[in-house]
Amino acid sequence: MQGSSTSYASLTARGLVPNRWDIIAFPLVFGLLLLAAKGARETLAPLSALKESVVSLDPVNLPEYALRTTLRMLAAMIASLVFTVTYGTLAAKSRRAELVLVPLLDILQSVPVLGYISFTVVFFMSLFPGRVAGAEAAAIFAIFTSQAWNMTFSFYQSLRTVPRDLEEATHSFRFSAWQRFWRLEAPFAMPGLVWNMMMSMSGGWFFVVASEAITVGDRTITLPGIGAYLAQATAEKDLAAVGWVVLTMTAVIIFYDQLMFRPLVAWADKFRFEQTGAQTVPGSWFLDLLQRSRLLGTVTNPGSLLLHALARRRFAPFRQGIASVRLSHSTIVDVLWFIAVAAAAVFAAWKIIDFVAAGVSWDDVLEALKLGLFTLTRVVVLIAVASVIWVPIGVEVGLRPHLAEKIQPLAQFLAAFPANLLFPVFVVAIVRFELNPDIWLSPLIILGTQWYILFNVVAGTMAYPNDFREAATNFRMRGWQWWRQVMLPGIFPYFVTGAITAAGGAWNASIVAEAVSWGDTKITAHGLGAYIAENTAAGDYPKIVLGIAVMSMLVTLFNRLLWRPLYAFAEERLRLD
Amino acid sequence: MVATETLSETAIGEPILTVHDVSRGFPRGSGEVRVLADVDLSLRTGEIVGLLGRSGSGKSTLLRIISGLIRPSGGEVVYRGHPVNGPAEGIAMVFQTFALFPWLTVLQNVEAGLEALGVPGKESRRRALSAIDLIGLDGFESAYPRELSGGMRQRVGFARALVVEPTILLLDEPFSALDVLTAETIRTDLLDLWIERRLPTKSMLLVTHNIEEAVFMCDRILIFSSNPGRVVGEIEVTFPHPRNRLDAEFRQMVDDIYAKMTARPTVGAAGQLPKLQLGSRLPPVSTNVIAGLIETIAAPPYNGKADLPEIARTLQLEIDDLFPVAEVLHYLGFAELKEGDILLSAAARNFADLDTQTRKEVFARHLLGSVPLAQHIRHVLDERPGHRAPRIRFEQELEDYLSDGAAEETLDAVIDWGRYAEIFAYDDQAEMFSLEDPKG
Repeated sequence: MQGSSTSYASLTARGLVPNRWDIIAFPLVFGLLLLAAKGARETLAPLSALKESVVSLDPVNLPEYALRTTLRMLAAMIASLVFTVTYGTLAAKSRRAELVLVPLLDILQSVPVLGYISFTVVFFMSLFPGRVAGAEAAAIFAIFTSQAWNMTFSFYQSLRTVPRDLEEATHSFRFSAWQRFWRLEAPFAMPGLVWNMMMSMSGGWFFVVASEAITVGDRTITLPGIGAYLAQATAEKDLAAVGWVVLTMTAVIIFYDQLMFRPLVAWADKFRFEQTGAQTVPGSWFLDLLQRSRLLGTVTNPGSLLLHALARRRFAPFRQGIASVRLSHSTIVDVLWFIAVAAAAVFAAWKIIDFVAAGVSWDDVLEALKLGLFTLTRVVVLIAVASVIWVPIGVEVGLRPHLAEKIQPLAQFLAAFPANLLFPVFVVAIVRFELNPDIWLSPLIILGTQWYILFNVVAGTMAYPNDFREAATNFRMRGWQWWRQVMLPGIFPYFVTGAITAAGGAWNASIVAEAVSWGDTKITAHGLGAYIAENTAAGDYPKIVLGIAVMSMLVTLFNRLLWRPLYAFAEERLRLD
Repeated sequence: MVATETLSETAIGEPILTVHDVSRGFPRGSGEVRVLADVDLSLRTGEIVGLLGRSGSGKSTLLRIISGLIRPSGGEVVYRGHPVNGPAEGIAMVFQTFALFPWLTVLQNVEAGLEALGVPGKESRRRALSAIDLIGLDGFESAYPRELSGGMRQRVGFARALVVEPTILLLDEPFSALDVLTAETIRTDLLDLWIERRLPTKSMLLVTHNIEEAVFMCDRILIFSSNPGRVVGEIEVTFPHPRNRLDAEFRQMVDDIYAKMTARPTVGAAGQLPKLQLGSRLPPVSTNVIAGLIETIAAPPYNGKADLPEIARTLQLEIDDLFPVAEVLHYLGFAELKEGDILLSAAARNFADLDTQTRKEVFARHLLGSVPLAQHIRHVLDERPGHRAPRIRFEQELEDYLSDGAAEETLDAVIDWGRYAEIFAYDDQAEMFSLEDPKG
């Protein structure tokens, strides 16, 4: 359940997932997480808490904090890229690895991002005892978990769908595997990867804010950054400071977009596979500037020459034998492999049950399930409400290209903007008017992710063939019939994409949104998110595991039983080509 | 470029590559489905050899086996005295789909093959430019493939293959994705280079389904049959280049090849098509095309009997378009194929004059009478209490005889005919056959 970034590509990849393997993947993921948390706890004497307040609310510090937050994002992005390339390549190249890695990724994706931090913060702290580096690593890891999965899916899927004829051409010209990777596979995967990086990044701001100030048991970790500044502002009830941080974040997102992603997208456009010319070529003033600057060219030339030379090296002897796709395989080895994996899964499952059972009773399980249903209801109702609001608006906007051009970037910006920066405003209102938190905290979970519905619907409407609109006008189709038979089926695939993303983000946000505070006032709604948040604060590991496992399970079921069938339906029946 | 002298010394000479008993199949049900069976051929210095067959006849598979991209399940390919176990040096391929890297410029695409061989930068640049020059691409060096027309893209394909100075050039239907005029230009340009001996290549193997193209270009044509693919005939073409398509001899040879390709060796005496079996592969031919061909042949000037090459020319159909329809007419008892001619049956002549509803009834009778798969589906539906049956049931049955793609295609063809004939209904979403009449 990465924050925000279910793209077409990753969804189709998930269609490839063999379901029975989930049964194995699930315990494996949790077993590993548990191992990290537990191992760290046992090897480590209680660590003296980091200094309580290292963050100053003076706005002068904000640029520095923003920089540190941005660097964290960047570090996580680099880690995600490394992970993507290795994991994705392994899954695509080895059939046996694929059988395990792909379902594993699916489960990893369904674990709430903030859940990872609860598990791993202690582990990372133990790697660098007593130093800030441990906390930094934990925060970066949390952001990594919000970014890596969809990128990996996209990369894996690209590698699996490299056009047959190009692959044959590389074999026919006797490229080595290394050359093939740089000449064919990496370029082919590039547009999808860049797009997913962008989506990951936009989802990541939410988690960086959430992970800079976190309390696990007796340990409060505060890392200088935008999130920590916000936490401090909340603790001191300083609304002006909240205003400053919102402003700073806005600037940061715009900078990031202009200086990093626009150029990347414009550059990656040349790797588009369609042979036909594009109608609109993405452009970037910054990329133009870089490419036109002669000085910069001279400075970077040796480096780029080196990289090119590296990519051209064979790194392998010419070999006889057919290196081509997926050779025949031995059934015996398959069976052994399957047994090994299954055994590992059983062992992991046993470990988890053992661990959880020590601190959790059946009542707790029932309690967690009940709270899970509350949160589920919240997610479903709010997606429905957001759809009813944004679908008509999105269609109206999409039908007016000039307006759409202005709205699209705004919607994308709003989707990237970490909604948790705005939580204090809501909390103040709830406190002031004594509203029922079970109802009025709910909108917060969709605050940041509803925009995905809007901009996907706008995009769908803009892509809607003009012929159909003209035909509808010609046959005088109007009102409800127009929506039902003309427009809604046409934008449905886009809507589903947006809604999946929004729902994924909402589950994640529930951990932050269902339990909020303003100064000393704590407001809690009934729900699984609050359950996880409270137990994290209390450092009750068995209950954290229970809560997160229940949430992952609900998310997985939700995906399987609702989104995937809907998506398949949209793909099969409502395609417009 | 090199090899000019060597070529002139040896006109058509000793074999460079031989294919012995090559077959390829994959396991299916209890047995094996074979796509290639016992193919023997040899390529000699100085000749262009054509592999002529219909789509699905396994000729592209054979080409991939020769190039070392896939492995035969039986037999071997010997190139310069050594068995081919993988992509071999000196064998280059031109692809039907061009297979250019869209993110590389023309020059980079051409250089890519040299780069893989580890040719140093300067040398590689020089050779690439000379190949680009040879193939008529000067001025396009820095263009990306998507900026080029189809013809120019295929020229890049040729330049990329020739730049590695291959001994053998494999051409996988290189002109079939191009329009007629462009294809002709590139064909003649290539032949000119070949005849003037400006190519580094000693032999070319051309896979095609275009009979005229084969006669126009090749010194020797191997005719391929389908299911499984095997060589059923060999024709030497001795006309001097440049060849004239309107020559009487040229036309006669095209006609002869048509006749050979409509006959089947597997069958009894008269070279007739075999009767259909339950597991026979059926081509996806629309009922509109079936009716259209019947109407055309029934009308003057043909009046019920037509010469296939002539029909193909007038209707602008490739053999891949025409043969399947002609065969379906034959299977359904609407026509007879003989010696490259098609002869409508009495039923078909009558069919041409009927109205839509009566046509459907006649078609239904012929379909149930002569296509065992249609019979079988109808029979199962009649037997079952609910008169419903899932698609998967029949698809699995077919897969015992046919490869995945072929089984699916065959079933789709019968579904289309069955729906037209109204002998059963089919719900694509539920993948379910039934006898329900949606009208009722």
